[in-house]
Amino acid sequence: MSKIQAAFQNGKAFIPFITCGDPDLETTGKIVREMAENGADLIELGIPFSDPTAEGPVIQEANIRALSGGITTDKIFDFVKDIRSDVKVPLVFMTYANVVFSYGIERFAQRCAEVGIDGIILPDVPHEEKEEFAPACRKYGIDFISLIAPTSENRIAEIATDAEGFLYVVSSLGVTGVRSEIRTDLAAITAKIRENTDIPCAIGFGISGPEQAERMSKAADGVIVGSAIVRLIAQHGRNAAPEVGAFVRSMKQAMNR
Amino acid sequence: MTNQAGRFGIHGGQYIPETLMNAVIELEAAYNHYKNDPQFNAELETLFNEYANRPSRLYYAEKLTQALGGAKIYLKREDLNHTGAHKINNVLGQALLAKKMGKTRLIAETGAGQHGVATATAAALMGMECVVFMGEEDTKRQALNVYRMRLLGAEVIPVTTGTATLKDAVSEAMREWTSRIADTHYCLGSVMGPHPFPTIVRDFQAVISKEIKAQMLEKEGRLPDAVMACVGGGSNAIGSFYHFIDERNVRLIGCEAAGRGIDTFETAATINTGKLGIFHGMKSYFCQDAYGQIAPVYSISAGLDYPGIGPEHAWLHDTGRAEYVAVTDDEAVNAFEYLSRTEGIIPAIESAHAVAHAMKIAPEMGKDRIIVITVSGRGDKDCAAIARYRGEDIHE
Repeated sequence: MSKIQAAFQNGKAFIPFITCGDPDLETTGKIVREMAENGADLIELGIPFSDPTAEGPVIQEANIRALSGGITTDKIFDFVKDIRSDVKVPLVFMTYANVVFSYGIERFAQRCAEVGIDGIILPDVPHEEKEEFAPACRKYGIDFISLIAPTSENRIAEIATDAEGFLYVVSSLGVTGVRSEIRTDLAAITAKIRENTDIPCAIGFGISGPEQAERMSKAADGVIVGSAIVRLIAQHGRNAAPEVGAFVRSMKQAMNR
Repeated sequence: MTNQAGRFGIHGGQYIPETLMNAVIELEAAYNHYKNDPQFNAELETLFNEYANRPSRLYYAEKLTQALGGAKIYLKREDLNHTGAHKINNVLGQALLAKKMGKTRLIAETGAGQHGVATATAAALMGMECVVFMGEEDTKRQALNVYRMRLLGAEVIPVTTGTATLKDAVSEAMREWTSRIADTHYCLGSVMGPHPFPTIVRDFQAVISKEIKAQMLEKEGRLPDAVMACVGGGSNAIGSFYHFIDERNVRLIGCEAAGRGIDTFETAATINTGKLGIFHGMKSYFCQDAYGQIAPVYSISAGLDYPGIGPEHAWLHDTGRAEYVAVTDDEAVNAFEYLSRTEGIIPAIESAHAVAHAMKIAPEMGKDRIIVITVSGRGDKDCAAIARYRGEDIHE
């Protein structure tokens, strides 16, 4: 069992996302520690990209804030190495294909392994293009995490069969961002996934509060929340860590009532 | 190992969110079906000829030829098409295809506004809903085209993210497509994006080189020595090149926008200053920094102001089959004015980049040589911006 799969052993998993360097890496470090202490089972760390086509306005703005603060991929690797001395929860990078490609896919995967990253999510790399990235990840023991969308239908079986780490189930059409209602029949999607793999499924996109998280977690093994947390960081800036910690605690509790 | 679907050498591919994968697979299947369907092709040809005013003229520019004193210059007059640019070729094809697929709504990105106007036009003609994403910066540079789109019944959404130009309009159109797929076709305006778009758009634009070839054989009894076109994403260029790719004696020259110069940061010359990357669904060359962040590009021409280039051009560059040269704002504005005065033809500022390069090379070529320049669009839309560039403020 990979370290990522082990993260799903403690009840329904809560997976928060934040953008590294928003507003600066010192704050990111404080937030990561608060999230880990308050029940985050796995943490998604966004490496900012100038043109994040899968993101809604909240995370787009976080990317801009981080990049205008001078953040780079190398600074983020150094940062992860630093926090790894005391942060033990699995960490996965979420970024875009060009960030990894321009760094050198093999070099990127090697650096991930060196600093203690457990997986990579690239929302603009679908199953068809996965084999350009996944072999280097496998070589260094990094899980290449695949996504399944409400439109995947006949593609679910193949994606699930080849899945590594966990499966990121996209809750609804569109980009990331808070939604008041999620109408997709997620239970049907996770049931289809279950026919093909035992790898855990986590639902993300649009989940904003404890009630929604509780409802979503019924259909899956975990829940991913990004925009709602990034919004707290936008509001509270360098003082966001305790706010995010309290939010993570309330989400984890709601999902495991 | 990379996936081979939709590759031009190492370029192309399908780097898009999983949410869109079935949409592009469905599009590819529909296209493969209809491209060989005689009825579809007959309908498209009727639209081209009766509605869009094809075939476009291949005009011998005698005064320009004499003024430059070298190679004989022909202009492929895509500016005379309905809506004033080559964009209508692709749009009529895609709109007809979307209609056959049962889609009722077209979305599009636009830079200069020409593709947006063409999409709004096709949507009006075919009774489809239309939403156009346009960088806020471009809505100011091309206010007249914004009005035209609205007049045609389209909704124009100004995009304020990023640099508020063409690349941001593409990103926003992709985001919109992810949120509404069932009834919506993304009518991409250039030979870029994920497979099958670079192939579909190229096939619909290839009518340009098909006509040039036939017209040239009729007028001169031989093929031209060089074919030149401006390149942003590269749709009019690939359309102008396509039927000459296997004619090894015909030089193919793409003219990129150098902006204030390729040695400055204010440029959009992708082949000359970019490096290999993955963005907007494709692997190709992109203007970017050392960490793969897409660069904020610049050109006086809103239609060439894009940090990437279509994957087939990247491949034609790799193989050396086509040359890609950089033309500055200054050179393009000079050519804009020069063609207006010598031939009475006001070219789009995009097309003026190709005219500018012809002005450099034609005098060095023998009088027995023949050049074809594709005038991809007409320049009415640019008059206010060029006047501003020359320090004159006119109200449209």
